[in-house]
Amino acid sequence: MRTALLADIHSNLEALQACLAHARREGAGRFVFLGDLVGYGADPVACLEIIAGLAEQGAPVVQGNHDAACLGGILPDMSYTARDAIYWTRDQLGARERAFLAGLPLAVAEEDRLYVHASAEQPETWPYITGTLDAARALAATSARIVLVGHVHEPLLYFTTPGGNPRAFRPVPGVPLPLSEFRRWLVIVGSAGQPRDGNPAACYALHDPAAGTLTHFRVPYDAQAAAKKIIDAGLPERLAWRLIRGE
Amino acid sequence: MATDQGRVGEGPLAAGTEVGGFRIRGLLHEGGMALLYAVDAPEGAAPPPFPLLMKIPRLGFGSHPGCLVGFEVEQMILGRITGPHVPRLVASGSSDGAPWLVMERIAGDNLAEAAARAPLPVAEVVGLTAAVAAAVHDLHRQNVIHLDLKPGNVLLRENGTAVLVDFGLARHAELPDLVEEAFALPAGTGAAISPEQLAGIRSDARSDIFAIGVIAYQLATGKLPYGAPSTRSAMRRRLYIDPLPPCSLAPALPPWLQEVILRCLEIRPEARYATAAQLAHDLAHPQQVPHSERAARRHRAGPLVVARRWLQALSAPAAVAPTPAQHLSRAPHVMVAIDLDDRREAQAEAMRAALRRALIAEPDLRVTLFAALPEQPFGEESAPELAHGQQTAALIALRHWAAPLRLPADKLRTHVAFGSDTAGLLLGYAATHHADRIVVGARGHSALRRFLGSVSSRVVAEAGCSVTVVRPPRDNELTAAD
Repeated sequence: MRTALLADIHSNLEALQACLAHARREGAGRFVFLGDLVGYGADPVACLEIIAGLAEQGAPVVQGNHDAACLGGILPDMSYTARDAIYWTRDQLGARERAFLAGLPLAVAEEDRLYVHASAEQPETWPYITGTLDAARALAATSARIVLVGHVHEPLLYFTTPGGNPRAFRPVPGVPLPLSEFRRWLVIVGSAGQPRDGNPAACYALHDPAAGTLTHFRVPYDAQAAAKKIIDAGLPERLAWRLIRGE
Repeated sequence: MATDQGRVGEGPLAAGTEVGGFRIRGLLHEGGMALLYAVDAPEGAAPPPFPLLMKIPRLGFGSHPGCLVGFEVEQMILGRITGPHVPRLVASGSSDGAPWLVMERIAGDNLAEAAARAPLPVAEVVGLTAAVAAAVHDLHRQNVIHLDLKPGNVLLRENGTAVLVDFGLARHAELPDLVEEAFALPAGTGAAISPEQLAGIRSDARSDIFAIGVIAYQLATGKLPYGAPSTRSAMRRRLYIDPLPPCSLAPALPPWLQEVILRCLEIRPEARYATAAQLAHDLAHPQQVPHSERAARRHRAGPLVVARRWLQALSAPAAVAPTPAQHLSRAPHVMVAIDLDDRREAQAEAMRAALRRALIAEPDLRVTLFAALPEQPFGEESAPELAHGQQTAALIALRHWAAPLRLPADKLRTHVAFGSDTAGLLLGYAATHHADRIVVGARGHSALRRFLGSVSSRVVAEAGCSVTVVRPPRDNELTAAD
């Protein structure tokens, strides 16, 4: 069954709905949420309602650093804007939402795949995969053939090479990539709710286990509406602008 | 599922062995990287309308690490390309831990057999090279570069169509490049590897043009232009020492063909043909190939030139379009249908303006001016001479039409066809010569054309490429009719 993988939704309801609708049109029968469901955006409760509903139907959901931050703590590692958004989000969440976020695992293994927010290596420290060495460490920390992560807001793939470091590949949207069985793959699925690669369209990945392929998609959505809600909610204005510009 | 007659991927399998449901008929070829078998489709399944071939890479102890990578790349790319110039992928999988893939088995000769008979007559060299160029262009249009073209990797269907095989070193612009550059040797075949491949560049479609040049040289002379070196330093000699001009090895070779072959073998990719389609077009129209110094060359370049090239080879190569698709988009074949009976200068100027804009956006384009003349109603005896005279007059008129554009000789070609079905002739020529765009006037001027119906509307409806219909800013005739 085709599985849509969404990461870094960050309370962006418009982007979440657009990605889910797009994925269903592409034949997705399952969803996986790779963390950072909330933080930054203006619709944490509405997003969590959709995601918790899909989780009840069996969708794996892992916890991201912003999800964990909403549960408490003083957040010394976060930027001021991110921290402001977390404090705002904490006020919005009720007991039910907090319980859902608190119950999320850091990683879920399924067949030959591992779902985790940041990296398979020490996921609780939320390391960023920014190069081949990080990718090599992440792949070394697990035996799963395919590791699917979010956290870094740009879509990218790493694949192992015989006797060398993994190599990176920037996926072309809409082009299915055969994930060769003779290699291991680390897939950064890109951000649904806050893309930062200069392209404001929402990003998600679709895995087709029968065909052995993975496809990244870019989905245009009403970023203006999501940005306006951020400003109306009194969240930092910069969070609105970056949705429009995709940066 | 392999029986005890042999493990899949280690030694040759006996006839009757089943691999992935396919039944082995017999070993076809035992190559250094893989074994090829004739196989039958699984029982019960609808048999495909062509014979099948199974490829199993050598994976035993001591096999080359490139075997598996090459197989992986081929499996990935064959699944993405289609058309008459590549074998169709039927299935792939693995049995006993050994991967295999099943594809269409091409019934026909291998170009290596023709190469073994070389030097070949000029007509045969031209025909075979044009067939390879057409196949390569079709591949480039699918955003794939072969990067390992040699006679052994070209098969010929019975109708003469070339089929490219062995995509183990190929590059698909939209898929990860799995080929290892870390191996001690550059990825490629010593005889045909291009200068830019030696520098590790695997994204230039013109590398395949270079390899076609090597094939044509070999077919024409029976010799390899650079020999078959096996070390990197020996391969690098082609960066500054050019091959012996083929005419000096095969004196019967016409200068135009030497011009074509040596242009393919230019050291700098930008000096070669921009596309395989332009190469095929020149092979089909020898009389229109503009001769440069290359056509008359009789010796290799002297030591001063070699020294200069040696120095140039040390500097970084020029920037390359990142994908074949982007490269091809800069080098379209634009056909311009010209109605020689149409005397409206505004119409001609509007069409030339369309070409001027194209020249800015598509600097490597080729323009073919096309005119159709009615068939000769004269008696049989005088017909050929009259036709020839008419054709010459038409060619002169076409060149005159294009004069204000000041196109370099290499970018302009002309073609005059005879027949009453103008649209059909135009469409046929466009399909044969890989036209990317047809520029046509909004409607014919002459009373005859109006009576027969609009050429442009039929071309728009039936062309396999884009069609630009050009109308002058203020069409007097149309205004009057309204």
